Amino acid sequence: MSAATQFDLAIDVEGLNKHFGGKHAVKDVSLRVRRGEIFGFLGPNGSGKTTTIRMMCGLLKPDSGSGACLGLDILKESAEIKRSVGYMTQRFSFWEDLTIAENLEFVARVYQLADRKGAVKRTLADLGLTERANQLAGELSGGWKQRMALAACMLHGPQLLLLDEPTAGVDPRARRDFWDEIQALAARGISVLVSTHYMDEAVRCHKLAYISYGTLLAQGTAEEIIEGQHLSTWAIHGDHLAELQEELRKKASVEQTVTFGDVLHVSGTNEAELEREVEETAAWSGRRVEKIETSLEDVFIYLMSRPERNDGRNG
Amino acid sequence: MKEGQRFSAARWWAVVLKEFTQLKRDRLTFAMIVGIPIMQMALFGFAINTIPRHLDTGIISADQSDVTRDFIEAMENSSYFKIAERLPSEEAGRQALAEGKLLFVVNIPAGFTRQVLRRERPSILIEADATDPTTTGSALAAVDGITQSVIERELTGPLASLQGGPAPFNVDVHPLYNPDEITQYNVVPGLMGMVLTLTMVMMTGLAVTRERERGTMENLLAMPSTPLEVMTGKLIPYIGIGLIQASIILAAARYVFLVPFFGNVFAVYLSALLFIAANLTVGITFSSVARNQLQAVQLAIFYFLPNIILSGFMFPFKGMPGWAQAIGNLLPLTYFNRLVRGILLKGNGWADSWPSVWPMMVFTAVVMGVAVATYRRTLD
Repeated sequence: MSAATQFDLAIDVEGLNKHFGGKHAVKDVSLRVRRGEIFGFLGPNGSGKTTTIRMMCGLLKPDSGSGACLGLDILKESAEIKRSVGYMTQRFSFWEDLTIAENLEFVARVYQLADRKGAVKRTLADLGLTERANQLAGELSGGWKQRMALAACMLHGPQLLLLDEPTAGVDPRARRDFWDEIQALAARGISVLVSTHYMDEAVRCHKLAYISYGTLLAQGTAEEIIEGQHLSTWAIHGDHLAELQEELRKKASVEQTVTFGDVLHVSGTNEAELEREVEETAAWSGRRVEKIETSLEDVFIYLMSRPERNDGRNG
Repeated sequence: MKEGQRFSAARWWAVVLKEFTQLKRDRLTFAMIVGIPIMQMALFGFAINTIPRHLDTGIISADQSDVTRDFIEAMENSSYFKIAERLPSEEAGRQALAEGKLLFVVNIPAGFTRQVLRRERPSILIEADATDPTTTGSALAAVDGITQSVIERELTGPLASLQGGPAPFNVDVHPLYNPDEITQYNVVPGLMGMVLTLTMVMMTGLAVTRERERGTMENLLAMPSTPLEVMTGKLIPYIGIGLIQASIILAAARYVFLVPFFGNVFAVYLSALLFIAANLTVGITFSSVARNQLQAVQLAIFYFLPNIILSGFMFPFKGMPGWAQAIGNLLPLTYFNRLVRGILLKGNGWADSWPSVWPMMVFTAVVMGVAVATYRRTLD
């Protein structure tokens, strides 16, 4: 890699591997996140997202592979990485028996911030936590907890945030507010790698990566990922879609059927054949059939089921 | 329960089955369920003997005759005394008592037998370490019987006339260190070690496991703080707590139970610090082994039991069989009890204390090594 790209990239890791016992949790994962980018990291539970993030922030040592975080070697400079990266754990991991302010004070001391009081005060204000500063963290609702956790990650002014499912279990409004915050941070030039399960969050990312069973299946912008799978999708509108779905699944060209309320999405890679079979199956019932653009969600559902098809279930 | 909702055996059984399944998963709890009663039985059943026998005794004998030989033999035959060594001088005897190597020193004066024959009614002196009156009590009670049997056996034939009238010789017993043989003097300082063991091991075990259980450990590790900083930082408050506990017990000993303090109180605090360090290493090790707080508590209790039973706190150390003493000799509480009792009741100085100090240091170093080895540095 050239010096220029190294400067441009917040994360640049190559061929990361990690085993836990007999389980190959992360297989040859390579990721590149540009500075100032919001990078969405998607994949089912247990697919290796958390493990990959932990390897990038120096919490876990990869079995093999190499790379850099903010230009710092993930193998040799994990201490420096910890100092310059903000990592938000999947589970709320601050002290519930301390107040918001006390939690932030502690974090500020651990990072040895020069202007501790000022940093805490500023961060509290930035995230709208000033009024709640003296509330115990344990008494906060899910949304406020995440906000506090984000505040703690931001305290030392990191250039890269690694957020592990920050909005899991948070109500939609708090989720939206949280994302507004993340986008404001990205606008200030901070790079964000965020793992999520939510499609509405995925579409707010500049770039995406999809991991399944430890293998990175796709990486790029939403458009690139959609195009990369070469799926064509037809939407069928009407009632009693379940029977139709059964019918369609038997067709050779139909690789995936997904119901979204009263719309059935039918996708496959062989466009011509799929069109013929969908028309054939759905036309007689008088339902409305139209070709639509394949959505990100269609693609992710497609990706999610792929390893089962290819190499079977291997936990 | 709602009215009309009757007890259902099927639902009840579902709860029973679930509980068993969960119990089966929790290997450590399961091991404790089996382990604690077995350990208790072994300790209470085999190790504890409230009438201690074969207590180490030193002999200073300036007179060798059939009478003195028979006296010494009779002491051993009584099974209460075990003649451990011959001592050259009274100083050597005092030293051995102070160090706790011997519990009794029997001093037979020069010309003893001749004085008996001359009807001068000489005395044999038995000095006893009475810091723990329960240990020495029964042995000393047996002395009169021993004396009587020697008189009956040895003074026969032409000497039979000595048997009548006043006893031909006396045995004077001098209980040293705790002359009034007040049990509190021994128990109260011993309590300090017991309280410190329980709180230090349990609290440190819990403190670290709590971070792990609540997920905050991951956060600590993700921040620049190093494991060493986290560990030692977490331990400091407990050292303070331990010293406060020690102070409370010392104050109570001095002003409530009126235990005389012969030694240096500062030395007691130094000993307490060393002992706290030893227990903290155990606590850290447990916190690495235990997966949750319940397991940490169980491990603490598992450690606590042999400590109170085998350390000489509750039952006389010398009254236990060899294997139990061997286990007791591995526990820091055994040494701490001796150390603190020695300092407070005997006024022991550095030289007398050293035999109890170094084993605690070794224990701390070894367990610290185990703690470091088992400590989970990352989340692997």
